[in-house]
Amino acid sequence: MTHNFTISPDFNPDHISGWYIFNTWFQRAINEQIHLELYNSANEQRKAIADDQIELIYANPYDATVLVRDKGFIPVARADNKTDEAIIAVNHESPILNVEQLTDGTRISSTDDPDVRMMCMIMLEPAGLDKNNTITTQRDAYILIAKDLLKNDADIGFFLEETYNELSDMTKKQLRPIVRSQIHVIHHLLLVGPKLAHKKNDIQSSLLSMAEDSKGAGVLKSLNFERWIAVEQEEAEFMIDLMDTLTE
Amino acid sequence: MKDMTPDDISGEYREHMFSYHDGTQRKVLFTNTETQLPEGRLIVSRTDLDGIITDVNHSFVEMSAYHKDELIGQPHYILRHPDMPAAAFGDLWGTVQQRNKWYGYVKNLRKDGGFYWVYATVIANIRNGDITGFTSVRRRASRTKISEAETLYQTL
Repeated sequence: MTHNFTISPDFNPDHISGWYIFNTWFQRAINEQIHLELYNSANEQRKAIADDQIELIYANPYDATVLVRDKGFIPVARADNKTDEAIIAVNHESPILNVEQLTDGTRISSTDDPDVRMMCMIMLEPAGLDKNNTITTQRDAYILIAKDLLKNDADIGFFLEETYNELSDMTKKQLRPIVRSQIHVIHHLLLVGPKLAHKKNDIQSSLLSMAEDSKGAGVLKSLNFERWIAVEQEEAEFMIDLMDTLTE
Repeated sequence: MKDMTPDDISGEYREHMFSYHDGTQRKVLFTNTETQLPEGRLIVSRTDLDGIITDVNHSFVEMSAYHKDELIGQPHYILRHPDMPAAAFGDLWGTVQQRNKWYGYVKNLRKDGGFYWVYATVIANIRNGDITGFTSVRRRASRTKISEAETLYQTL
């Protein structure tokens, strides 16, 4: 029986091959057939989740809420030293130096990643901005947000910090972050669905020992991860409670 | 809970004697010095069912001006500022105990007598159908909303 595995679509495209390498390693490690299915957008992936097509997922914090609370997924692990933080950036020639200088009608360029969008909208609150007095253009990729800023087609852009940091030096030189979130407790999580719940301990121990294995360490490097660390139910529940406080 | 002492206070201060809902009394000292929550930060805390602090994050510690070990085990009202109406907290507890989310603008008292405004959200932690505690997340608020809250709270 083949199980479907997917990852949150907000990953850096440079790491696609890393996830395929991970999937190959992972199938051998837990002795199960696993198919890696990548979705182009958060909405496409969310439909697959709603249709119960996914049994294993590296989920963004927003989707983890639905998966754990409504779909019975179990938290297994997260990447060590990686938290989900967001950046709001402007064109480097923009007169805007901080959030509170932004005004009604601000043009936002954003992907459909719900956690990044939520964190960034929260960071706009001190300027009295919300979805009703801003204009948002939705893009499929972070590089397109950078382009919107470079062409002055948007006043501000919403980025996952990790993705922003991995933009080319040339692009970053033409942009300027005005605020970075410092939340520290929101992470992507690797979750297993009810049909694979019986393999949770095997999956977790394989992941936790990955960094000690030479092949595993190479796979981690291709994902830009140091190592996996265990996530227990209460840690995930706490993160989900926190996400809940941020969702209105 | 200990009274606040002048040794901890920076600048001129006023005094207020609180009588909390659990019968505790405490003298607090407060100044007009405001500290702003830096952009991008969230203040996070958890309490047990009685409102006793069980966990705080770094931003909580930094903004409160207490040490973490002075906070854990204390009632959350250690941060209550005299300018906050009791009615706001009554509404908070009533809301979260019914498993609903509470939102509001809150002026918190620091250990040094200063204050900071936040937009707070509090929810019940529900595990296996039971409330096991509460999580509070506070973020930077807009000056306009703070002014509105100040005006409203003076009438309560």
